Amino acid sequence: MSNELIDFVIVSVALLAIGIYGLSVKRNFIRMLFAIEIIINAGNLNLVAFARYLPHSGGQTLALFSIAIAAAEVAVGLALIIVAYRMYKNIDVADFRSLKG
Amino acid sequence: MVDALFLGIAVLTIVSAIAALEMRSLVYSGIALMGALGGIAGFFFLLDSPFVALFQIAIYVGSIAVLILFTIMLVKRELIFHKKEDHRRRYAGIGLMLVIMIGLGAVIFDSGISSITTDEPPVDYREIGEDFLTYYWPALIAMALVLAGSITGAMVLARRDDGVEDEQRTD
Repeated sequence: MSNELIDFVIVSVALLAIGIYGLSVKRNFIRMLFAIEIIINAGNLNLVAFARYLPHSGGQTLALFSIAIAAAEVAVGLALIIVAYRMYKNIDVADFRSLKG
Repeated sequence: MVDALFLGIAVLTIVSAIAALEMRSLVYSGIALMGALGGIAGFFFLLDSPFVALFQIAIYVGSIAVLILFTIMLVKRELIFHKKEDHRRRYAGIGLMLVIMIGLGAVIFDSGISSITTDEPPVDYREIGEDFLTYYWPALIAMALVLAGSITGAMVLARRDDGVEDEQRTD
């Protein structure tokens, strides 16, 4: 293989940083969900990369679990967006303040 | 040394990820997110993990992206193009991003994983199946229950039972 482990890890770090930027700056609920997806995928990329270079099948198995759980998380997140949009007529997280004390 | 295919996929993934967060229209952002997730699937192919790559394409690019696009279509048109953010917060976010990139990058370069290479054959996908059915079977069942629970939860959350439905249909 011409690619090395560190190349994949660097791409994963870049994706993690982009995701954290989106999560901290954006106020749109859907965009925040995009940022969470990017972070989860950065983690999956790391798992599969280390699984290839060790080599061990555990990383791929864990990545498959992670993808399935992320699918469940997106389903619940999108349902929450629809409920919040119905209640507030907006998807700006700064407007969701019913739980604020 | 990296090859050209790796560079192409890396550029596609990172540019799509930035576009998914920065494009003005949420619909185009959703399509850019599909590109980023597809790029990750490409990395999985490069890492000799075709099973995980196809799983990624089926779940992320196939179903989650479509789910996101449908949710975006349910939201009002003005909100799709609506982009309100604080400039100071944006600069702070860019600073945080650079700090994380440089800090984690320095730690990784210093850690010695740059010397790791392998000539061993890749993991066979039969081993993944064996893992699932032997060592990880309780986790597999727990995952199935979590998926079923989350889908039921999503349907219960999104259900409308307050009579607003009829009101909206008339106008």
